[in-house]
Amino acid sequence: MPKLTVDDLKTIKAKHIPRTEFSDKTYLLICGGTGCHATGSISVKDALQKALAEKQLEEKVRVIETGCNGFCAMGPIMVVQPGNIFYQKLSVDDIDELIESHIIGGKPVQRLLYKEPRTKKRIALQTEIPFFANQMPRALRNKGLIDPESLEDYIARDGYLGAAKALLEMSPQQIIEEVKISGLRGRGGAGFPTGLKWEFASKSPGDIKYVLCNADEGDPGAFMDRSILEADPHAVLEGMLIAARAIGASEGVIYARTEYPLAIKRLEIAIAQARENGLLGKDILGSGFSFDISIYQGAGAFVCGEETALMRSIEGKRGMPRPRPPFPAQKGLWEKPTVLNNVETLANIAQIIVNGGAWYASVGTETSKGTKVFALSGDVNNIGLVEVPMGTTLRTLIFDIGGGIPKKRKFKAVQLGGPSGGCVPERYLDTPVDYEAIAKVGAIMGSGGVIVMDEKTCMVDMARFFMEFIQDESCGKCTPCREGTRRLLEILVRICDGQGQPGDIEALEELSQVIRSSSLCGLGQTSPNPVLSTLRYFRDEFEAHIHEKRCPAKRCVALLKFEIDPELCAKCGLCARNCPADAIQWEKKQVARIDKEKCIKCLTCYEKCRFGAIQ
Amino acid sequence: MNRSIPFQHPDITDEMWSSIEQIIQKNRNKPGSIITVLRECQQVVGYLPVELLDYIGKSMNLAPSEVYGIASFYALFSMKPKGRHTIKLCLGTACYVKGIKEVMARIESSYGVKEGDTSEDRRFSLEAVRCLGACGLAPVMVVNEDTHGGVSSDKVIDILERYQ
Repeated sequence: MPKLTVDDLKTIKAKHIPRTEFSDKTYLLICGGTGCHATGSISVKDALQKALAEKQLEEKVRVIETGCNGFCAMGPIMVVQPGNIFYQKLSVDDIDELIESHIIGGKPVQRLLYKEPRTKKRIALQTEIPFFANQMPRALRNKGLIDPESLEDYIARDGYLGAAKALLEMSPQQIIEEVKISGLRGRGGAGFPTGLKWEFASKSPGDIKYVLCNADEGDPGAFMDRSILEADPHAVLEGMLIAARAIGASEGVIYARTEYPLAIKRLEIAIAQARENGLLGKDILGSGFSFDISIYQGAGAFVCGEETALMRSIEGKRGMPRPRPPFPAQKGLWEKPTVLNNVETLANIAQIIVNGGAWYASVGTETSKGTKVFALSGDVNNIGLVEVPMGTTLRTLIFDIGGGIPKKRKFKAVQLGGPSGGCVPERYLDTPVDYEAIAKVGAIMGSGGVIVMDEKTCMVDMARFFMEFIQDESCGKCTPCREGTRRLLEILVRICDGQGQPGDIEALEELSQVIRSSSLCGLGQTSPNPVLSTLRYFRDEFEAHIHEKRCPAKRCVALLKFEIDPELCAKCGLCARNCPADAIQWEKKQVARIDKEKCIKCLTCYEKCRFGAIQ
Repeated sequence: MNRSIPFQHPDITDEMWSSIEQIIQKNRNKPGSIITVLRECQQVVGYLPVELLDYIGKSMNLAPSEVYGIASFYALFSMKPKGRHTIKLCLGTACYVKGIKEVMARIESSYGVKEGDTSEDRRFSLEAVRCLGACGLAPVMVVNEDTHGGVSSDKVIDILERYQ
C-alpha cells in the first residue's frame, strides 16, 4: 500500500462524502457498542443483511455497524439515514416488518420508535429526542455515523486533516499555542491545561520522548473513553500524532484496560490501517516526521490511572505512584520526557487544529472551555453517553437529557467524579458543569461519571461502597492511604451493621483530614471525599444509623426488621408473588406476613412494594 | 513423553507448555513485558499456579519475589484454579445502585460459593469485577463470554441454571 499524501486524503474525502452524508443510498446504522452487542445487535445486523439480500435490496440499502451510539439503555439501536429515524430495542423478529414498512413502504414502524417517558408520545427523529437534542457532539462527533473499522469513513469526516495541517504547515510551538488558545483542560479528571502540559514536555531536553494515552478508565460508572475508542479510534490516534509532533516524540503507547476487549480490537485495527497507509510510521504524509503507536494492556489496578503509576506499570512493575517532582514532562516513562493525555482530551485535538483554538473556546465558561462527555447512569430514565457544553447545569443533564428519575421516585443525590468525587444534593442541581463550580459544592468534575441516585439509596451505604473500592485499590505504598482507608471502612461497615457508636462521625472526619493531607498521590489525597461529601449533605442519615439504629432509605439489611406494616400494606400480594424464598404468606384481601425463618433478606419484596410497607 | 517439559503440573498439559514457552521466547528480551507474559500464560492455563510463576521468573531473569509481587498486585491475575464457568458481577457504582449486592448474596447462598472463590464441584467461580462500562444495562453479570443485563436477585438463578 503506498503512503498517503495530503492530496490523497482530499481525494478519499471527496469520494467518500456521499457515504457519511448519506446522499447515495439508504443506510441502516446499527450500533455496535458494548451495550448493544450485549443486547443482541449483532444478530439484528445479520438478520437485516439476510432480509435485504432476500429482497434484493443490497444495492440500494447498506447496513453499517457503527461504534457506540450513546443511548445505551435503549439497545439494540438503529438509525435510518437519510431521514435520521431512530429505532430502539430491536429484535430479530422486528426486521421483516421494518423492511416492508419503512424501507420499501417509506413508513416508519411506530411501535419501534422512542417513547418519551413523560408525554408517552413516540418520537421518530433522532434530533428531536430530548436525550440527543440538548447535546453538542465534538469529541463524539463521529459516533453513530462512521464505521469505526473504516479509515475512509474517518477521512470523509475530515480525518487526518488536522494531522496534515499540524505536520506540514505548523511549527510545534504553533500547535501548542493553538491548544493553549482552545483552553482545553485534561478530561481525565484533574483538569490541567493540555497546552501547558505539552509546552513543558516540548521544552524538556531529550532525543527520546513519549506520548501516552490513558485509556485505563477505572472510575466505576464511567464509560466515556470506552465509547470513544469503540466509535472513533482514529480520532485518538490522530490526537496522539499531533501531540507527538508538538513535543517531538517518536513513540506512543496507549495504556488500555483489559476489561475493554472491543475497544482494544478496534484500536488494533485502526493502528494497522494507519501504518499501512503511512499515517503512522516513518515520514508521515511526506513531512519527514516519524511516530508509531503501540497498545499496552493493563491488568486491573485502579491506581494505574495515576500518571506515575501508569508509567511504572508499562515498565512491567507494580503500578505504584512515586512522588512528583520530577514531573513526567521531565522524567516520565523509562525516565524520558513524557506527555500523558486522556482519551477524550486527545479526541478533541484534531478538530482544534482544523477549526482553531478560538472555535473550541467559543463555548463553555470562563475557566472551562469547550464540551465535556458524561456517562449518565444509575436511577435515571435515559442512561447513556452525552456530550454537552461546559456550563450546562446538572439539572439539565439529569432532568432534560436524562429524562428524570424512573418509577416516580424522588431524586436524592448525584455522584460525580467517581471514587475521588462526591455527592451533590438536590439544592445544588443548578450548579453548572465547570471544574471550579463543581469543586465548590464538594465534588469534582472527574472523568465524567454521573451516577444518579433516588430516594431508595442509602448515603451511608454509598460512602461504605466507595470506601470499600478505594481500600481495595489502595496500592499500599503510603501508610495514610493504606491504613487510613481501612480504618474508615471499618467504621462505615460498623455503622451500616447497626453497631455505630457516638463519636464515629467525629472519628471519620478526623481520619479523613489526616489522609487528605498526608497521602502520597492523588488517589490517596482524594480518597476520603465520598465520606466527607456524604457527611456534609447527609449527616442526618449517619446520625439515624448510629443513634436510632435506623436506615432511612431502608437499604442496610442489618437495620431492617423485615416486617410488614399493616397500616401501609395494600394487600396486593406483589411481595408474596415475587419472593424467591417463599417466605411471604398472603391471601386475597389479607395483610401479607413475612416468615423470618425462611426470609433470606434479599430485599426483593422491598423493591417490589409500591407502598413502602416493608419495614 | 517425547519432549521435555519443565515440570509436571496437574493443570498444565504438554500443549499448554509449548504455548507457554512460545510466550516467554517472544517476550524474553523486551523490557517491561512481564505483565503481558503473565496475562497470556493465564489465558493458556486458566490461572497462574505459583510453581509456574517461579518458572516464568527464572526464564525471564526476574526474582520470584518480583513476579509474585506483580501477580498479586493486579486484579486480573489469579493464583487459584477456576471453575467450569466464571461468573463476573460488576461492582461498579451504577450496578451497585441498581442492586448487584442482592444478586451477589443470592448466588452465594444458592451455589455455596463465596466471592473470589470457586464452588466445590468446580462448576462456578464467582468474581466481583470493576465497572465493565456497560452501565446502560445495570446491573450486569457476565458468565464466561455472555453479558446479561438487568439481572435481579429473583431472575439470576434461572440464568445460571443454563450453565451446567
